[in-house]
Amino acid sequence: MTIAKGIDLGTLDDLVEGFRDPAAARVITAEIAVLGASLEAKGIEPRLMEVCGSHTVAIFRSGIRDLLPSNVKLISGPGCPVCVTSVAEVDRAIAIANTPGTILTTFGDMMRVPGTSTSLEKEKAEGADVRVVYSPLDALNLAAEKQATGGDERIVFFAAGFETTAPTVAAAILQAADMGLSNFYIQSTHKTIPSAMRGLLDTPELGLSGFICPGHVSAIIGARAYDFIADEFKVPAVVSGFEPLDILMSVKMLLAQIDEGRAEVETEYGRIVSDEGNPRAIEVLDQVFRVSDAEWRGIGTLPNTGLVLRSEYERFDAPLAFDVRVEPGRDNPACECGEILRGLKAPTDCKLFAGVCTPENPQGACMVSTEGSCAAYYKYGRDES
Amino acid sequence: MTDDTILLGHGSGGRMSHELLEKTILPALGWDESDHESKVLEDAAVMHITADSLLAAELVSEGDSRIAMTTDSFVVSPIFFPGGDIGDLAVNGTVNDLVMMGAVPLYLTLGMVIEEGLLISELEAVLSSVKTAAEAAGVSVVAGDTKVVERGKADRLFLNTAGFGVVPSGRTLSAAALRPGDVIIISGTLGDHGIAVMSKREGIAFETPVVSDTASLAGLAAQLFMSEAELRALRDPTRGGLATTLCELATSSNVGIELDELAIPVKPEVARASDLLGLDPLYIANEGKMIVVVAPEDAERAIHALQGHPLGGDAAIIGTCSDDRPGRVTLRTTIGGTRVVDMLSGEQLPRIC
Repeated sequence: MTIAKGIDLGTLDDLVEGFRDPAAARVITAEIAVLGASLEAKGIEPRLMEVCGSHTVAIFRSGIRDLLPSNVKLISGPGCPVCVTSVAEVDRAIAIANTPGTILTTFGDMMRVPGTSTSLEKEKAEGADVRVVYSPLDALNLAAEKQATGGDERIVFFAAGFETTAPTVAAAILQAADMGLSNFYIQSTHKTIPSAMRGLLDTPELGLSGFICPGHVSAIIGARAYDFIADEFKVPAVVSGFEPLDILMSVKMLLAQIDEGRAEVETEYGRIVSDEGNPRAIEVLDQVFRVSDAEWRGIGTLPNTGLVLRSEYERFDAPLAFDVRVEPGRDNPACECGEILRGLKAPTDCKLFAGVCTPENPQGACMVSTEGSCAAYYKYGRDES
Repeated sequence: MTDDTILLGHGSGGRMSHELLEKTILPALGWDESDHESKVLEDAAVMHITADSLLAAELVSEGDSRIAMTTDSFVVSPIFFPGGDIGDLAVNGTVNDLVMMGAVPLYLTLGMVIEEGLLISELEAVLSSVKTAAEAAGVSVVAGDTKVVERGKADRLFLNTAGFGVVPSGRTLSAAALRPGDVIIISGTLGDHGIAVMSKREGIAFETPVVSDTASLAGLAAQLFMSEAELRALRDPTRGGLATTLCELATSSNVGIELDELAIPVKPEVARASDLLGLDPLYIANEGKMIVVVAPEDAERAIHALQGHPLGGDAAIIGTCSDDRPGRVTLRTTIGGTRVVDMLSGEQLPRIC
């Protein structure tokens, strides 16, 4: 694992604890209550969407919904990369993993995502060589080791993620090219966030009044990437951190904008996110990937929301290198993942939720990933329904 | 025969097995034939369950001698981790399960499944930990078994321990005994074992090293029993962590449990590592902590008893039982919100015990 090496976790304490301070939470909650009352007097019921799955989990874990006025609604969006990976891509990964002489690597959450008839976890139990890694660089190291020792396996990294993790995958590709590896491939199902938010804004029945924008994605792409939300759609947006007070503060900033009739992109998470983002990461991303249309599970194809390898790096493209064919994927027909991912329904509106569909026996991807809306509702919020 | 690694022949039951037993296993465990009724190795250990020593310790009395038995298998990877190894884990895990039922642990068995190629020095190190942990817990390893499997058919070393203890008269602890108003105490910080194993496995370095809390709870529990506090239940929150164990207690007793997040002790380095790894300390395994459920009027007495023991310095009251929402565990969060605490689903961290 590459994270945290050499970081003194102790010195982060003051920083983090500051964002969990009960007294500060009471102050912000009181301010939110005042704004909520002001909006209620105007007959406004704000519908705020947190796009990012990490926000969904943080909101549940800290019990934030409890602290908001009754006219303020938080809606969970499509921001879990595992959840929005299409059934066909999962089927493809399974077919690749079942090709003799292949080691398929992926993030742990991907293992239990149901494809049309099976999952990577089940195929692993049946004998496919599927391994969980924490970083694409772990997969790269495995490939380098195999090549150096004369192993003839092909190593595939099944890459699902947003702009947050895509630069690391791009860096792994560049490194593989540098090292002259001929046994390393990726299956890219990367997706980009801002264009997907445009799709949500084009869905009038959602009636969104504001966005809580993802902090980690924004650290890469910068807050200016959301300007179109305020400029074209006149909807406020706040880039938020992940601690309880970050989210409360972001809600307050959104409510203040709505109350004052403003629509701007503001950054609550200024300690991490700049207007321009991380130029080096964006450069690496552009060098390796180009934008394409992408299929989102349960939603369908959204234009300009996918990242595929540029032709210069096609030799690393697993779907090209592996001759596998998959049928169009089939979801459980009763699964409401699509409506839930678009915020049109809550997990508790789905007939399968908590009955047929549980974390132990997930029918749709939203129940698998720890950041999926259904998993978060199941784990933290079942009494709310 | 080479001197330094385990070979398949060591599990054959023949001469190599005998050599391993006599030259490595028994000496490492400190087996002394004079301690045993039979001076030779038999097919089973034979003990008097109403031995004089038990009577003298008032552990058993005429007509009331209940025994407690349990078994547990250990497949932790890696077998050596910060703060312990698979040997002390296997002793403490089984000892603690006996202790949680109010038993005084007395005897253990030790079954080993060894992958060929394990260094004999590593086996000796593990067995030495078994010996030390058993002595600390006041138990004797009285029977054992050794099997060797081909390379790739096991991961270095798997252990199984079965434990036997005696429950003194008058001790009735049960997961079904919780009543509204009862107080929930945790004996120390959460998540240390899971994070210690995970950090070793994944090569994460901490400036303040996180070490496993693996320990026998026999002494701590004895202190608690001596306080004569009115105890309802003891549980050690191992796999599934505090959250899962409390859910089991709430369901078994049909009471609600309300926790206060601010009161739950977690070491700062464990909290930060959990954040980074996307884990929740409430669900991470502990190997030397216990949940104590006590009648409200005796809560202070129990806390005092726990804090007077080296393993109980961080003991804290973390919640109460109520008749509201029976079967449910809820948590008041640091910022004043409330959420449901559910059982762990799936596997949060594979193979940590």
